[in-house]
Amino acid sequence: MNKTQSAPKKTASRGHVIINAEECKGCELCIAACPAKVLFLTDRFNTHGYHPSAYLGEGCTGCGICFYNCPEPGAITVFRHWDQVTETAYCPHCGKEQKIFPKESDPSVKLCSGCLNPVTTEKTVPIK
Amino acid sequence: MNNILQKSGVFYDVFERKPGTDKITTTYCPGCGHGNLHKLIAEALVDFGVTDRTIMISPVGCSVFAYYYFHTGNVQVAHGRAPAAATGLKRAHPEAVVISYQGDGDLAAIGTAEIIHAANRGEGITVFFVNNAIYGMTGGQMAPTTLIGQKTMTTPHGRNSINEGFPIGMSEIIATLNAPVYVERVMLGDTKSIMQARQAVRKALKLQIEKNAFSFIEVLSACPSNLKMSAFRSRQWISEVLQKQFPLGVKKDVSETFPGKDLKRPTIDRSQFYKILNIEPIAVDVEKIAPYKKSTFSAEIKVAGFGGQGILSLGNVLAEMGMRHNYEVSWLPSYGPEMRGGTANCSVKIANRKIGSPLVASPTVLIAMNRPSLDKFENDVISDGIIIYDDSIIDRAPLRQDVRVLPIPATKMADELGNSKAANMIIVGALIEYLGFMSIEVVLNSLGDVLKRKNLVDLNQKAINKGVDFIRKLKS
Repeated sequence: MNKTQSAPKKTASRGHVIINAEECKGCELCIAACPAKVLFLTDRFNTHGYHPSAYLGEGCTGCGICFYNCPEPGAITVFRHWDQVTETAYCPHCGKEQKIFPKESDPSVKLCSGCLNPVTTEKTVPIK
Repeated sequence: MNNILQKSGVFYDVFERKPGTDKITTTYCPGCGHGNLHKLIAEALVDFGVTDRTIMISPVGCSVFAYYYFHTGNVQVAHGRAPAAATGLKRAHPEAVVISYQGDGDLAAIGTAEIIHAANRGEGITVFFVNNAIYGMTGGQMAPTTLIGQKTMTTPHGRNSINEGFPIGMSEIIATLNAPVYVERVMLGDTKSIMQARQAVRKALKLQIEKNAFSFIEVLSACPSNLKMSAFRSRQWISEVLQKQFPLGVKKDVSETFPGKDLKRPTIDRSQFYKILNIEPIAVDVEKIAPYKKSTFSAEIKVAGFGGQGILSLGNVLAEMGMRHNYEVSWLPSYGPEMRGGTANCSVKIANRKIGSPLVASPTVLIAMNRPSLDKFENDVISDGIIIYDDSIIDRAPLRQDVRVLPIPATKMADELGNSKAANMIIVGALIEYLGFMSIEVVLNSLGDVLKRKNLVDLNQKAINKGVDFIRKLKS
């Protein structure tokens, strides 16, 4: 039944997937559907008591299959071409420079690709 | 497809309407198909750019809270009535994209009549019918679409066709009708079928946007909680078992030849309106009513008594006469099924400002024509209000000290006129004279237009005069 039992190819990831652990209900549909087998169920709990799924970190092809299989509106974000996302900004939540992308409901708002929180692209002036 | 697949802009960022502390996840169980369909609809609405003119109708069922999530127009309707409400919405707002979102208990059981007739009329709406073969919200009872032999809460030995009938194929039924343009059954089973469902959702919405066509999309969807399976296993069950009973595919598609419907809201001006109703516009005698024109006037009148005492016609005459004095009026009757006997009451509002609601909860004037009415409504009257009661019938005086009380032996006075049923008009005359907000002359002259029984106009005029005289005597 499982044709893609072999390990994912070692090519550079074309896509990228972010799973919002707090919105995930652990139904495992994305894991079952992922053709590249790069999603897995974590051991930890989120605040609702579910084991959220997570991305291995590489191997995503950006096919979007997990997105359409996931019933939660905002649990999964898929980048079809990760290398085309070039804009970066410092995210105070992640504490480092992260790729940012425009939010669909309001493109002027940029979201951090690490934690999905809105980040400001304006240079902040440190308090003297 | 977009380069970034993320939470659709149609969904609220935070589900503020959802009670509790968790306002970011849906109310659906893990693995529920509703979320998938929500996402497909949301994606299509954004892509077609119709978010700001979409009206989503939430049914009763698990998706009852669709208005928590969709940042569109929303109406939550009574069980099964979504296609009826959608009909009204689409006709009142032809430019809107109206989506009727229903489950199998809602559409195929309690709302069968509504969907059949909306489909038969070919209303320009899109219906999404989520079929999971079981009642979800109430805890897994048998649905009309439950399979033969399927065990549910109410069919513990499996559905038996002798007792419970056969599963209903709604798509097939709808497809037999003439008016529907596009009917398809899809499923949320595996990735391939979800993408087919996506195409069907987009086509159906596009048909409404471009041609105002009626389309019906049945979506076989998993209910892991009530099927008592894992999310993945329940989807397999959809593909392997449910699909056998409900074969997928396009059941009807005449979208190529369908010319499109031009929905326009009919405009009717006032003169046409009178013509349709076959009535003459009410003549207002501006000169005669001028002395009674007050800058602010607002009366909320509750009239109550036995059925047959003329309670409703008392209110009706007051409202009609108010109209002839250029007041804004409303008249709302409330009565039992009997013509005579039983209790009746009506609410009348007369004001020279716009009236928002015809309901009278705290009357400024209470007209009580019998004891039970006085008992029931006495405490509702506002402080400094007026209680008018028929002291020839009611054997007690109102207990309230903070209101003006006006006893009128109306029935006795009407008896003296020869017809005790004229008591209501005595009250009309008395009230108008007491409040002084209408011209008695205008009232008497136009009584003939208002009363249905023209042979009683004379008697009623006398009764009104008698009421007026009674108040004049009191005042002098």
